[in-house]
Amino acid sequence: MIKLKVNGKNQQFDGDPETPLLWVLRDELDLKGTKFGCGMGLCGACTVHLNGKPMRSCSTPVSAAANATVTTIEGLSPDGSHPVQVAWQELDVPQCGYCQAGQIMSACALLAKTPKPTDADIDTAMNGNLCRCGTYLRIRAAIHKAAELSASNNAAPAQPTTKTSRTSTRLLPNKK
Amino acid sequence: MKKTNLNRRAFLQVTALAGGGLMLGLYPKASTAFAQGPPRMPPLVPANFISIAPNGIVTLTSKNTEIGQNIYNTLPMLIAEELDVDWKDVKVVRVDADNKYGGQFTGGSSATPGNWEPMRQVGAAGRQMLIAAAAQTWGVAESECTTASGRVHHKASNRSAGYGELATKAATMPVPNLATLKLKDPKDYKIIGTSTISVETKEILTGKPIFGIDVTVPGMLYAVMQRTPVLGGKAVSANLDAIKALKGVKHAFIIEGRPLANDYPNYLFQDPGFESGVAIVADSWWAANSAREKLEVKWDSGKWGAQDSVENAKKAVELSKQSAMRTLRKDGDVEPVFQRADVKAVEANYTIPFIAHGTMEPQNCTAHFKDGKLEIWMAGQIPQSGRTMVAQLLKLPETDVTVHNVRGGGGFGRRAYNDLMLDAAWISKTVGAPVKLLWSREDDIQHDYYRCGGFQFMKGAVDKDGKLVAWHDHFVGYGEGNNFAHDGGFQPGEFPALFVPNFRVQSSVMGLGLKTGALRAPYSNSTAWVIQSFIDELAHAAGKDPVQFRLDLLAAPQVPQAAPAGRGPGPQGLDATRMTGVLKLVAEKSGWGKRKLPKGTAQGVAFHFSHRGYFAEVAEVSVAANKKIKVNKVWVAADVGSHIINPSSAETQVQGAVIDGLSEMIQEITLKNGAVVQSNYHQHPWLKISQAPPSIEVHFLKTNNPPTGLGEPALPPILPAVCNAIFTATGERVRTLPMTKQGFSFA
Repeated sequence: MIKLKVNGKNQQFDGDPETPLLWVLRDELDLKGTKFGCGMGLCGACTVHLNGKPMRSCSTPVSAAANATVTTIEGLSPDGSHPVQVAWQELDVPQCGYCQAGQIMSACALLAKTPKPTDADIDTAMNGNLCRCGTYLRIRAAIHKAAELSASNNAAPAQPTTKTSRTSTRLLPNKK
Repeated sequence: MKKTNLNRRAFLQVTALAGGGLMLGLYPKASTAFAQGPPRMPPLVPANFISIAPNGIVTLTSKNTEIGQNIYNTLPMLIAEELDVDWKDVKVVRVDADNKYGGQFTGGSSATPGNWEPMRQVGAAGRQMLIAAAAQTWGVAESECTTASGRVHHKASNRSAGYGELATKAATMPVPNLATLKLKDPKDYKIIGTSTISVETKEILTGKPIFGIDVTVPGMLYAVMQRTPVLGGKAVSANLDAIKALKGVKHAFIIEGRPLANDYPNYLFQDPGFESGVAIVADSWWAANSAREKLEVKWDSGKWGAQDSVENAKKAVELSKQSAMRTLRKDGDVEPVFQRADVKAVEANYTIPFIAHGTMEPQNCTAHFKDGKLEIWMAGQIPQSGRTMVAQLLKLPETDVTVHNVRGGGGFGRRAYNDLMLDAAWISKTVGAPVKLLWSREDDIQHDYYRCGGFQFMKGAVDKDGKLVAWHDHFVGYGEGNNFAHDGGFQPGEFPALFVPNFRVQSSVMGLGLKTGALRAPYSNSTAWVIQSFIDELAHAAGKDPVQFRLDLLAAPQVPQAAPAGRGPGPQGLDATRMTGVLKLVAEKSGWGKRKLPKGTAQGVAFHFSHRGYFAEVAEVSVAANKKIKVNKVWVAADVGSHIINPSSAETQVQGAVIDGLSEMIQEITLKNGAVVQSNYHQHPWLKISQAPPSIEVHFLKTNNPPTGLGEPALPPILPAVCNAIFTATGERVRTLPMTKQGFSFA
């Protein structure tokens, strides 16, 4: 019996301990937000946080998550109000959207460690997350945007940003 | 929600009252590309697309499948514009595959040109009925009523009513005649031309189960299928008892499959293949997939078991030295020109690899066969064809097959093939339970309908004035007799046909035991690279600036000849004026010829017309001494008509196409012993964020032409633009893809 805490809830799994965490999340705990892409840790679609660190759940046995804390896209915020989700919404990042949960989880982990990342920081942190639709320019812009939102939220926490209108369609990367 | 449904029923009543409803043929200008496609559709009726709740919330149908092209916004935006409602009051719903929505074909960049008029007419018809309801209520003339933001106004009496209040009565109004329906003056557009956030973005960002892979049906089992590694092969026997004894496994059985109708069928509409293999069904996907490690199958490889890519390439060279099997097009006479002493001739051979779609969401389908009826959940690009084919396979009337369209994690043409629908339905029927068939990435990379490879043996000549006077192309591809492999042929009318006085395209084919198919910008994604690279070679041979050489070519007198027979959304009808427009625009925006670039850095240019769209692109590329390349910036100039329906989504679609095209420069599928060698993303890679150009500028040149699609035509020019830049930077011409074969890679 493997015990783990997923999105703040205690869970247990008594199947094969070699089962990748991904399939426990998706098919046992019905958390479908984490996606299966390659099964080899090559694409990042399955990225979740294990004790706060980004990891590929498709190639991590659930036994490695025993007694650990797991956060998935569903656990990021109850309503999509996490600054990264807000930034993604404002810049309308997704095309097909399939990789975006993994992108967002990697971006959150980056911002937690590096609140004001440079483009080079973004390249390093996000290089394991493929986007087959090629939304990279918007992903980059949205990470910078999320950094701004977090900074202003911290400065004025009474003003949560939930604006969803879009004023500009030109999304050139921020200058380093 | 309940009230919405009530009103929908009210609208449906009017449909019945009005008999045939509104004549809004969906196909008048739509896809000639897929004219052989789905059967003719019944007329469209507004009730199938619009329902209005008493609180004014408008629910609009998005009939096409969403695979990342943002069609859930595009089509409803067209309806909402003419209905005259605010986008914030619109809800969009998915619908099942059903001919009452017209064609639900997702492909060929056809949704915008095919629906631009019909969807606006649907909206305008709804608006007219609401006006009629208000006019009758108030006892005023319809002509005195106006609409704005979901309300009907009668200024003279200072009265107004919301659409929600009028909906029930509107449903009793006659459906207006298309002939009297007046569409908005484009200057009054409030939604068309304004960016809207994708309607499912919030669900995506919060991890809601909206994709095919997320479908859950009570009592559902999970299936994998080990298909024959070689096309046409058969599973003869397998250790099924041992597999069934594994933990979690419920069923394991051989699927005999069915031979293809012939070697080169049209997989889209005739036969996606129902291949032989072994199905394993378990109580979890992980259990089913893990059982494959223990699976031992005896295969009969059939006639393609010895196929080998290296041998095919050798054969292509042999064929190129022989007389071509067919002449596809001939204008003037190239041979005497090549003999002339006053021309400069250039010869070059280009090699195009097979490549895979690799949608991020692996192929999957959930099927539930029960009591003689079949229910399907799948993100299909042509769900209506799928329903027909699965009904045939299971010998069911089509009316007993329900196909629910779900969101697809990328399509790129792969989901145009309904093979998994057949497999999943068969497995569900066999085991008597709902089944989710999900492929692994390895299944996906190894059992695709690949972009077909081929070989182009080119020869061209420029005269002493630098004018292109002769063009010869011997295309060595795959097929049999006069048939090319599906979407693996060559379109003989492709530019520069018509612009060169002596022009010849010939072809030869060799057999192929591999399924091929449509990949984003079929044909164009490979031929644009060859043609625009070779034009660049000729420009350099002529000693001319590559942009100027192209402008001169577009200005050349056209060869008077009827448009050639060809298929697909191809070159027919290229308008030189429109292409000249985007070429000049991209040259201006990129500062072509005016930038001082460091050594090892250069710009390259290319253009291509496909899927009714005109695209010219410039890439600035730096090449390091170790042949690592970096695409610093890309400029795109596009003419897709008079309106960009959703600018934000249009921009990202173009940027994504550019990045997708760059990925195609490093991909290859090869065959050994008849089977595909590559298996996952490490062997068939896509660009990473660090390799993507930091900036892709997109400029739309709006011209007085009907709006056309954006899913595909932005992709083809980027490959030659980059290769032409590599040549200018290094003096080395990329003539073989993937470019890694010549030692180039992305930094």
